[in-house]
Amino acid sequence: MAAKKTLTFALMDPPYENGRSTTALRLIAIAAKRGYAINVFAYEGAVALAFAKQQPHANAVHGRDLEQENHPLTHKWAKALIDEAHRNGGKVDWINCGLCVDERGVHEAVDGVRRGSPADFWQAAEASDNTLVIPTR
Amino acid sequence: MAKYLLIESRDPLESRDSGNWYDLARDLKAAGNEVTVFLVHNGVLAARKGARCADFARLLRSEVEVLADDFSLRERGIGGDRVVGGVEPAPLDVVVDRLAEGCRAMWH
Amino acid sequence: MRTLNIIENGYRATIEEQDDTIVWITHAMKGAGADLAVLLRGSAVNYAARGQDASGLAFGAEKQTQPPKLDEDLMALIPKGVPVFAVEEDLAERGLAAEDLHEGIRRVARAGLPKLFAEFERVWHW
Repeated sequence: MAAKKTLTFALMDPPYENGRSTTALRLIAIAAKRGYAINVFAYEGAVALAFAKQQPHANAVHGRDLEQENHPLTHKWAKALIDEAHRNGGKVDWINCGLCVDERGVHEAVDGVRRGSPADFWQAAEASDNTLVIPTR
Repeated sequence: MAKYLLIESRDPLESRDSGNWYDLARDLKAAGNEVTVFLVHNGVLAARKGARCADFARLLRSEVEVLADDFSLRERGIGGDRVVGGVEPAPLDVVVDRLAEGCRAMWH
Repeated sequence: MRTLNIIENGYRATIEEQDDTIVWITHAMKGAGADLAVLLRGSAVNYAARGQDASGLAFGAEKQTQPPKLDEDLMALIPKGVPVFAVEEDLAERGLAAEDLHEGIRRVARAGLPKLFAEFERVWHW
């Protein structure tokens, strides 16, 4: 069996704005399935990915009601990945940059997300096998 | 020498800097490193046969390995026979594999 | 581990953040003990230009009292032991000659980037 690794991802993009958020979560999903130890440093707009107050909506353009639309909520995806890693013997330490949370007012995050700082990102990177920064534009 | 994974998410016809990114890949390879360019999102638009991008064509003529996220290709309707020669469709797992191997990964 | 922070995207949200957030996080990580350098490429090379002034904005009665001073923030990295490099061709393409820049910026040609990268254990592209 391949050795379990520790990877750190720095994310910057908010949800619902571009494809980088989704691909970041896809990468984390792959690592979670492998049971890796995963650190996520959500910086800037990415702190909204785990915002617990996101709400789904219906889609009148497609004629879908709330249930049918089943609109993705990134906080659910984030939580699901935290759970997935745990199920596979790994973990996700999801750190929201605290100042970024404050200025965006997205204080309510799903369980498993904690407030942190750039020092946490640096420490996580130092303790990881590798780090990928996914920048915003 | 090192292993590099240069992830390209931008459409080179929209972002002039993609040409610089491909050139960086070629320069890193010429310096003796192992280099892979992994196309994702609109970066795969360069990989459709018939796409007109001289910078990308130059990359394909080099010895840099060029992979493309199979989901991003499918999402954009770029089926197997429409992927230009020299680009290999690959699952995103490859990125995690390379990270796990200690590749220096940079996202553009 | 010695890390090179590459900054490409200039002037992104810098007014409302009152900072470039990557220059800022570089300062913060340095404060936490990181061993870092910065490479400017793309539009971010303009951070090294003299004469920048983002002052004077107001939105109704809300005046900005701490406009960003991106060049000063960038140059403040150097005495902290964070070398700052800029890609020569990106400077030239934007009409930035040596006399337009703050002193202390180290210029590197695109062809010299592999050699620069090799000096670091990690290279992060922000």
